[in-house]
Amino acid sequence: MTPLVGYLLVAALLFAIGLAGALTRRNAILVLIGIELMLNAANLNLIAFWRYGPHPELLTGMMFAIFSIAVAAAEAAVGLGLVISIHRHAHTTDLDAMNRMKG
Amino acid sequence: MSFVFYILAALTLAGALAAVLLKNTVHCALALTVAFAGLAFLFLQLDAQFAGFAQVLVYIGAVAILVVFAILLTRGSETPKDGVYSRNWLAGLVIAAGVFAALGWAVLQSVPGLPHETAAPQVSVLQIGNALMTRYVLPLEIVAVLLTLALIGAVIVAMHQKVEAQ
Amino acid sequence: MSATLDQIFVLLQHWLVSFLPAVLQPFVSVLLGVVVIIGLFPALFAFAVWMERKGLGRIQNRLGPNRVGPFGLLQPIADGIKSLTKEDIVPLSADVVVHFLAPLVLVVAVFMGFAVLPMGRNMVLVDMDAGLLFYFAMGASTELSIFMAGWSSRNKYSLLGAMRAVAQMISYEVPLLMSSVAVVMIAGTLSLTKIVAAQNSYSGVFPHWYIFTPWGLAGFLMYVVSSMAETNRSPFDLPEGESELVAGYFTEYSGFKFALFFLGEYLAMFSISGLGTVLFLGGWSAPFSFLTWVPSWIWFFSKLMMSISVFIWIRGTLPRLRQDQLMNFAWKFVLPMTLLNLFVAALWRFLGEGWERWVICSVILLLAYVVLGRTGMREGKFGPRRYRYAE
Repeated sequence: MTPLVGYLLVAALLFAIGLAGALTRRNAILVLIGIELMLNAANLNLIAFWRYGPHPELLTGMMFAIFSIAVAAAEAAVGLGLVISIHRHAHTTDLDAMNRMKG
Repeated sequence: MSFVFYILAALTLAGALAAVLLKNTVHCALALTVAFAGLAFLFLQLDAQFAGFAQVLVYIGAVAILVVFAILLTRGSETPKDGVYSRNWLAGLVIAAGVFAALGWAVLQSVPGLPHETAAPQVSVLQIGNALMTRYVLPLEIVAVLLTLALIGAVIVAMHQKVEAQ
Repeated sequence: MSATLDQIFVLLQHWLVSFLPAVLQPFVSVLLGVVVIIGLFPALFAFAVWMERKGLGRIQNRLGPNRVGPFGLLQPIADGIKSLTKEDIVPLSADVVVHFLAPLVLVVAVFMGFAVLPMGRNMVLVDMDAGLLFYFAMGASTELSIFMAGWSSRNKYSLLGAMRAVAQMISYEVPLLMSSVAVVMIAGTLSLTKIVAAQNSYSGVFPHWYIFTPWGLAGFLMYVVSSMAETNRSPFDLPEGESELVAGYFTEYSGFKFALFFLGEYLAMFSISGLGTVLFLGGWSAPFSFLTWVPSWIWFFSKLMMSISVFIWIRGTLPRLRQDQLMNFAWKFVLPMTLLNLFVAALWRFLGEGWERWVICSVILLLAYVVLGRTGMREGKFGPRRYRYAE
């Protein structure tokens, strides 16, 4: 097994774990945690491809990962802000209980 | 495949599993940081020092703290009575398993075409900086605008409504 | 002679390592460095505690410790033995695993920061290309350990202290980073050894330290303020304000774990002073060109101890801030000033040599200080508390 396959499999498993978390948990914050895990799995893929790809000196994969980290930070900030605002409004973070469009 | 890789992969996956499975929300957040740390080590293992340190700085230093704050502000550390899993958890699990099967199949199918062990690329921070300022300057500026907007947006969304003067 | 004395620790390390087979040599030389750091800084910690108690005593017109040893010098050892032999109490409702891990994570993360600090010529454990980034990454990980300590204790004072500490550390980490980025912009590198090397030259007898430039001085002052807040030192010691929160996030810790927190706090102070020394005060370089014969590590450690004395002096002098003042100060004064400082540093870089850049940069910074600091405070925009009643 080449190293790249190992990294790709770990990333795939991480992505699946994140997806399972995002789809099965009730708490909105844990759904966000699952999404973060999925983003991280994508980052691992990018860095692995950068490392074992044909042109590492162009830094494409690494740059993509760095930008993705920055975007993930923005996503977390806005997502958690939304969760807090919803909690203030509906007094719950349970996604199953949020089944109305009207406040 | 080195021994270190297996340890780090196991650490990362264990952290991720714990983050998804544990009952107590704060424990989930702490397990998430373990997964982040494992990923940072994996980045270092891939000779991506800069990305690894950025990972620690952003994810452990900021995102994990944000998550923890959000949990405490929403009283999320109390375990709910009616279970922590959603009603249609089975469907979610099946979808996730399907996605993993598809991804794993795709990876294993393409094994013959994948590149083998290559020499570690020597990347200095100077090169990264130069690349950010020349080739990737437009994405950099867009990310800067995005982060500013996210900062303002998050504050506005989460801000208390102004209480009328007493 | 002076060159040998300067490199004595490096030579000693090479000499010790040379007895071993070649395979083990790189590993053992790193290990030796780690052992020295782990041994040296706790010893400095004991000395700093004694210095702090004596200094505070002097400031408050009392004697300070004077019972154990000459001038009470052995007091830290007695304290250490006491904390080791004390019972280790874990609250019944505490989250045992997290409660146990918190002090360990803190001390490990703080120790990691020392790995990239150059403590003398060629005296750095790992000369990393992204050293500053590594340092801040490790500094960011300490916040989580503080949260772990506060949350796992299941005590409202602990939790409140931890939340205060984390909020404060996050708020002041931004200006801390920003004021360091100005140095990075001028030096053109993230490697701490290269930052020191960039400052290690002289015009006449005076050194080219970054503190002796307008942006460097402003950056240094902002760095000092943020580092005090970052290490939860007075006047920013709200997270452990005795009169409000018992002892803050480590209220429920006793015995050796409490000692670990105490150690972690002082080590954080050492490492952040060390970083400040490296960034603004020329690291291990001598203050005058005719003093370069003095070994470089003496300069580094004397600058470090000077910074610690300033920390103690300020603790003895200033009253504690209020939470809203603390936050307003960080976001409305220090952060805009550091951002402006970045701009000024860029100006400094592109205005070229000559006296004009001194005038222009100083005027911009002074104007900003007057507008933001003086006028803003007097107009009452940042100062007084806005009461918000329970809804």
